[in-house]
Amino acid sequence: MADRADRPRALIQLRDISRVYGVGEAEVRALDQVNLDIDKGEFVAIMGPSGSGKSTALNVIGCLDVPTAGHYMFNGVEVAHLTPDQRALLRRNYLGFIFQGYNLLARTSALQNVELPLIYKGMGRTERHAAATNALAKVGLAHRAHHDPSELSGGQQQRVAIARALAGNPEVILADEPTGNLDTKLSAEIMEVLQALNHDEGLTIVMVTHETQMAKFARRLIWMVDGRIERDGLTATVA
Amino acid sequence: MFLETIRLAVQAIFRNALRSFLTVLGIVIGVGAVIAMVTVGQGSTAQVTADVEKLGTNMLMVLPGQDAMERGPAGTSMHLFTIRMNDLMEEQLSVIDVSAPMSMGRARAVFGNENRRTDIVGTDNRYFTAAQWDIARGRIFDVTELQAGKPVCVIGETVRKDLFGTSDPIGEELRIQSLSCEIIGLLKSKGASTFGSDQDDFVIIPIRTFHRRIAGNTDVAMFIVSVRDGADTERAKTDVEAVMRDIRRIGRGEEDDFTVMDMKQLATMLSGITGVLTGLLSAVAAVSLLVGGIGIMNIMLVSVTERTREIGIRLAVGAQARQVLLQFLVEAIILSLFGGLIGIVVGLGVGLLGANMLSVPFSPDPQIVLLAFAFSAAVGVVFGYFPARRAARMNPIDALRRE
Repeated sequence: MADRADRPRALIQLRDISRVYGVGEAEVRALDQVNLDIDKGEFVAIMGPSGSGKSTALNVIGCLDVPTAGHYMFNGVEVAHLTPDQRALLRRNYLGFIFQGYNLLARTSALQNVELPLIYKGMGRTERHAAATNALAKVGLAHRAHHDPSELSGGQQQRVAIARALAGNPEVILADEPTGNLDTKLSAEIMEVLQALNHDEGLTIVMVTHETQMAKFARRLIWMVDGRIERDGLTATVA
Repeated sequence: MFLETIRLAVQAIFRNALRSFLTVLGIVIGVGAVIAMVTVGQGSTAQVTADVEKLGTNMLMVLPGQDAMERGPAGTSMHLFTIRMNDLMEEQLSVIDVSAPMSMGRARAVFGNENRRTDIVGTDNRYFTAAQWDIARGRIFDVTELQAGKPVCVIGETVRKDLFGTSDPIGEELRIQSLSCEIIGLLKSKGASTFGSDQDDFVIIPIRTFHRRIAGNTDVAMFIVSVRDGADTERAKTDVEAVMRDIRRIGRGEEDDFTVMDMKQLATMLSGITGVLTGLLSAVAAVSLLVGGIGIMNIMLVSVTERTREIGIRLAVGAQARQVLLQFLVEAIILSLFGGLIGIVVGLGVGLLGANMLSVPFSPDPQIVLLAFAFSAAVGVVFGYFPARRAARMNPIDALRRE
C-alpha cells in the first residue's frame, strides 16, 4: 500500500467500489468503481441527481449495504469480509444514522428511542438513562424526553434521531437527507446542530442531500452522477 | 440484556393489547379446555370410586360366565345359577354374613291410571342386608310369602313418587304384567348414583314369585354376598371361588365358569371407563392447543412483516441477528405463556363449575397444570422460531426501505 507512507490513513477508504442491483437486462450500477477517502473530523456532503448513487454510497459507508465489488476499509478494517453480525458491531460502536423519515420507533418515548443503541451496547439501566438524557439535552430536547414521536414536530423528531445517533458515541454520523421532510427554518436548525457537532466534538459527518443550501453547511462537497464521483472539493469551490 | 429483552417483549405485547389478546385466545381455550376436562374427569373418577366404596368394601358379586366385560345378556347359553347353589355356598362359608340370590327383569308397573317402566328384582330378605337397603315404611317379606312365592312387593322411592304422588302406597295393589301384588314396604331413598342412574327406581318381589310369574324359569342372575365385618374381603373372595368351583363341579385344570367381583374391581372397571372418556375429551382439547399455536405463528409472522421497519432500525443501531431473533422469540414465548396462565385460571374455573354441576369433587391435578404451562411455553418456542428467524435474517437496508 503506497499511500500508507504518504499520509495518515483515512478513516473511510473506498477503493473501486461497485454496487450492482439486478442481473442481465435489469442490471443497475448504483455505484461504479468509486474511489473515496474521508478523514476523521470531516463534514462531507454528497449531492447529485436522483439515481446518481449517493444514497447507495452512504449505505455502503454505513455498512447497511454490501458492495458488489471493490474494497472498503473502515478504520483500517476490510468491511467486505465481515459477517453481518460483525458489521452490526461496527455500526453499534462507530456509526450513527440519521434518516430522512426520522425512523423513530412509534409509541416509544423520545428517551427510549435514544436509549435503543445503548441497550445493544449492553449499558446498564441508570447509565443508559443518563447518557440518553445527556444526548437529548445536546439537541435541546431534554424537556420532551417522555413524549412519543407522534407528539413531536418534524424538527423535534429529527433532533431525537440525532440524539439517538449521538448516544452511542460514534466516530461517524451518516445522514441521509436529514432535512428532506422539514421546512427551511427547521432545516437550518438541524444543520446548525450537525455543524456544531462536527466543529465542537470533532465528529465526522457524511450527509446526502439534494439541497445546495444544506450542502453549504459542509466543508467538502462530493458531486455524483451515474454512480461515479464527478466533482470532489471544498464546498465553496464546487457548489 | 436478557431482562431487557423480556421488558421489550412485554412492551411490544401491550402496545398491541387487543391483537395480543386475540392471538393468545387459541392457547387460552386449548389450555383451559384440557385442564377443565382433566379436572372434571378426575373428579368423576374419584366420585365413582367413593360411591362404589360406599356400597361397601365387604360386598362381593358372583356372576355366571368368565369375563365380566364380555358377558352377554343374562340367560343366554351360560350355565346359570340356582337358589340352591347360593344357599350351599352361604352355608359352607363362615366368612359370609349373608348371600342373596337375585334375578332381574324390566317391566311396566301399573297403578290406576299411572304406569312406569322399572326394574323388577326377584330376591329374598337377605338382599336388604347384603345391598344395605333400609325400610322407610311398612315391612320386608315374611317367611310364608317367600316360600310360597306370594304376590307381594317392596318398592323404591322413585316408583312410589311416580305412581302414588302424595297418597300412601302401603296396602295398595301394584300390577306388573299379569301379576297383581300388594305393596308391603317402601325403601329409604339412596338417590342417584354417579352415572346418573336412579337407584330408587325398582320393585322387589320374592324370588319365587319372580320365577313363577315373571321369568317363567328358575334361573338366578347373580349372588350378592356380604362378607362378615372385620373379615378380609380378598380372602373371602378366594374362599367363595373355591366353594363355587366345588358346587359347580369344576374339575382341576378347568377354568371357572363364573366370576367373583369385589367392589374394588368394580371401582377399577368404572374408573377405567371415566379415564378413557377423560383421555378422549382431553385429546380433542389438545388439538385446539395446536390450533392456538398456529394462531401465534400467524400473528408473529404478521408482526414481523408489519414491524420490518422497526427491525431495520434495530439492525441499523447495531442489533445483531441473534438479538433480533431473541426479541421475537421471547415475545412469542411470553405471549403463549401468558395465554397458558389465563388458560389455567379459566380451566380451573370451568373445572370448578363443572364439578359443582355434576356434583363430583373438584380435584385439580398440579401435574396437568404444570404440563399445560410447559406445553404453552413449547408452543411459543416452536411456533415463534420461524417468524423470529425470518426477522433476524433481514438485510438492514431492505428492512429500512420497506414502508
